[in-house]
Amino acid sequence: MMHIMQLIARRAGTALFILLLVSAVVFSLSSLLPGDAAQQLLGQSATPEALAALRESLGLDKPGYVRYVTWLKGLLIGDPGVSLANNMPVAELVAERLPRSLVLAGIAALVSVPIALTLGILSAMYGGSRLDRVLNFTTLCMVAIPEFLVATVLVLIFAVKLGWVSSLSYAPPGASLGQFLSAYALPVVTLFFVLVAQMARMSRAAVLDQLSEPYVEMAVLKGASLPRVVLRHALPNAIGPIANAVALSMSYLLGGVVIVEVIFNYPGIASLMVDSVANRDMPLLQTCAMIFCAAYLLLVLIADVCAIVSNPKLRT
Amino acid sequence: MTNHIVVSNLNVTAPTGDGDELTIVDDVSFSVGAGEVLALIGESGSGKTTIALTLMGYARGSCRISGGSVRLGELDVLKLGQAGLRDLRGRRVSYVAQSAAAAFNPSRTIMNQVTEAALIHKMATRADAEKRAVELFRDLSLPNPETIGNRYPHQVSGGQLQRLMAAMALITDPELVIFDEPTTALDVTTQIDVLQAFKRVIKERDITAIYVSHDLAVVAQMADRILVLNHGKVIEFGETEQILQRPADSYTQSLVGAVSRKQRQTPLQHDSELPLLEIRGLVAGYGRLDKQGMPDSPILQDISLTIPRGSTLGIIGESGSGKSTLARVVAGLMPVAKGEVLLDGEPLPTTLASRSKEQFRRIQIVFQNADTALNPTHKVSQVLGRPLTFYHGLSDDACRRRIVQILDLVKLPAEMAGRRCGELSGGQKQRINLARALAADPELILCDEVTSALDTVVGSAILDLLAELRQELGVSYMFISHDISTVRSLCDDILVLYEGRAVETGSCSTLETPPFHPYTDMLISSVPELEQGWLERSRHKVSPQLTTPAGMGSPLCPFLNRCPERIAGVCDSLPPPRGSLKNGSEILCHHSK
Repeated sequence: MMHIMQLIARRAGTALFILLLVSAVVFSLSSLLPGDAAQQLLGQSATPEALAALRESLGLDKPGYVRYVTWLKGLLIGDPGVSLANNMPVAELVAERLPRSLVLAGIAALVSVPIALTLGILSAMYGGSRLDRVLNFTTLCMVAIPEFLVATVLVLIFAVKLGWVSSLSYAPPGASLGQFLSAYALPVVTLFFVLVAQMARMSRAAVLDQLSEPYVEMAVLKGASLPRVVLRHALPNAIGPIANAVALSMSYLLGGVVIVEVIFNYPGIASLMVDSVANRDMPLLQTCAMIFCAAYLLLVLIADVCAIVSNPKLRT
Repeated sequence: MTNHIVVSNLNVTAPTGDGDELTIVDDVSFSVGAGEVLALIGESGSGKTTIALTLMGYARGSCRISGGSVRLGELDVLKLGQAGLRDLRGRRVSYVAQSAAAAFNPSRTIMNQVTEAALIHKMATRADAEKRAVELFRDLSLPNPETIGNRYPHQVSGGQLQRLMAAMALITDPELVIFDEPTTALDVTTQIDVLQAFKRVIKERDITAIYVSHDLAVVAQMADRILVLNHGKVIEFGETEQILQRPADSYTQSLVGAVSRKQRQTPLQHDSELPLLEIRGLVAGYGRLDKQGMPDSPILQDISLTIPRGSTLGIIGESGSGKSTLARVVAGLMPVAKGEVLLDGEPLPTTLASRSKEQFRRIQIVFQNADTALNPTHKVSQVLGRPLTFYHGLSDDACRRRIVQILDLVKLPAEMAGRRCGELSGGQKQRINLARALAADPELILCDEVTSALDTVVGSAILDLLAELRQELGVSYMFISHDISTVRSLCDDILVLYEGRAVETGSCSTLETPPFHPYTDMLISSVPELEQGWLERSRHKVSPQLTTPAGMGSPLCPFLNRCPERIAGVCDSLPPPRGSLKNGSEILCHHSK
């Protein structure tokens, strides 16, 4: 038990260190973007004096490393600064948008993960059969179509032509179940299209890999049925790779919501980030980038922990 | 005796890829009486495992049972549907696989897997099955029978795992147990324990069994009757005694002949006083070095040896004794922590990067497993051409001519150059593996278990080839093996490694006459002999385990824990001295004079 805690602590430590490196990279990259917030606020016709004055008041005239340290300190105490575009604290902006994105990503994950894993395990179980080939073909088709096309076609059919659901995807707090479903159906289906193939294929490969192991033959020769062989013998050994596949897909979900949020006009954190780039709103942009990175590292850490816990060699 | 199992006209086919089918078991018929042990013996590809598995109505991969019948009592096994087969497997017929380490599921406890068959077939409640499992553990002389089931497969040793697998097979009291090469993956000293445990259980419980093996000496201990197979056909079928003493068929005679010892030593040509390779006080291992230069986990400790030009040094030891590490150190793949490695009197740099091309050329290594050492998609000409152009800078034309010569040296036809490595047989691959080393014109070849993955007959041919090459080319070998009889037949000198220490060194002839180091003695006496009843008569002793075994890096005798001849109060408190025996060999033991 001590051993496993140490392992996990070491992974978490590495993740934190990576996050620190990422913060430096994010900060320096975002300062490479042409133009700055003062230019953006005052427009092309601003006088150099006005620009200089605004830069001073925004703290943009200080050297980069000073701004970085100030920003990093702020991040650590939960105050990532004030948005340059609309003068609101970044924390407040993010606090409003982040939960909505998480709801969308969460629902998409809740729908996709179980379906994808079931499909993957089923096709591994009946590897080479017609079912396997059909599933393979379908999931490949789904991932081959870009998500903006899927989203647009879905909106065209279900919102515009059939009018079954709203094309604007936001359910206000206190909405009924019907409203909720109607609002989330299209973005969730779009994300499902993107996610399901990779997870299904990776879990199929992970399970198939185990099915060729001698211990599986041994289980068959003990008289175990196919579901028992797959679920009780092969699956526990495939948890590590499957958890990693799921984590990678989930991290894609974070990035994937950008397009989906924009197309469905969903007020989440991804569309906030897109706006911040357009406005050269560095504090906001940097904070959003850090949130995405942190979420990614967290997912990978969870996958690592799953792999460690499922493996008795690492666990004991 | 009634015939309990009757196999008649059995055929198994495998698809060849171009639509045809290859017959891998050809019209095989035999029968086994109740309470009898029948051995299926043959080399790899003889179909012995395939036949054994058909008794469970099972064919591996895309193989297909294409004809014949298998009767178990009144039951026609090959006519069963899926449900019927599930009911048969694990309940009436059970299986002990070759590698227990691979056949146990790494993520479930041993008890869980041992009792599984009884639970699947609803033959007992979980509590009853566990109680029965503990009884079986005790019968198979496993340590801590009450608690060993709570462990995971990686937490017990290979020999224990193999016995646990027998418990797994016996939990349902099956009518037939199939043992598929159950001791092939084990060290000889472990093999004998496992064989003794199996033999006792088979006798006490009057088990009907099929014992699959390539090792005649092992089979001689276990079987009542022997079925000799080659290329899927029955060669000979008879009582064990008849097959061993009066083999009728020429193939069986060659099998029996390959086991008997053959001397391949050639007289030494001492053309220089300076040994080709000398190692002095070598320490090597993994991890950081401490102040005295000792690594965190030492693998080799205080190894000294010499290989005179043109001679062969055999390194013997069990898995984990550090044999391969020694080869890796000489090859420069492992750093030296302490000590010196001298080639022709000159110190060899210990890292690959600081060695010269010439030094690389002079020492070549041949790895155990030719399957993994050769890139299956490369052509033989590519494999052999690489050292020729790298070391000797040969032009295309010269290279082609040299390849033909080298192929001739290893007794392969010149046409072989155009074949891909993946298309070759096991023996051919090992010859190419050896030819690749020869292409560099080395002075020392490190042979790491080069015959272990091969059948007896094929391996014996490779040993002949090695002996011949030595005579023709004057190369020296460091010949690493776990098999004392191959070392004995080929080597001039021996070094016995135990847990990274040289417990005995001497000329090979000292292995013929006692006294030996107690560990060498155990190794020699554990090798099964081609003689019925050897197992019962063997003087193999198991000494009680000590409570505080000497760990790695302890100055005490590394063999203390297993030694049947340890002297209480001496061996467990004083480091063993290095002394000599009256036959001239040097041992690390308190029994030396």
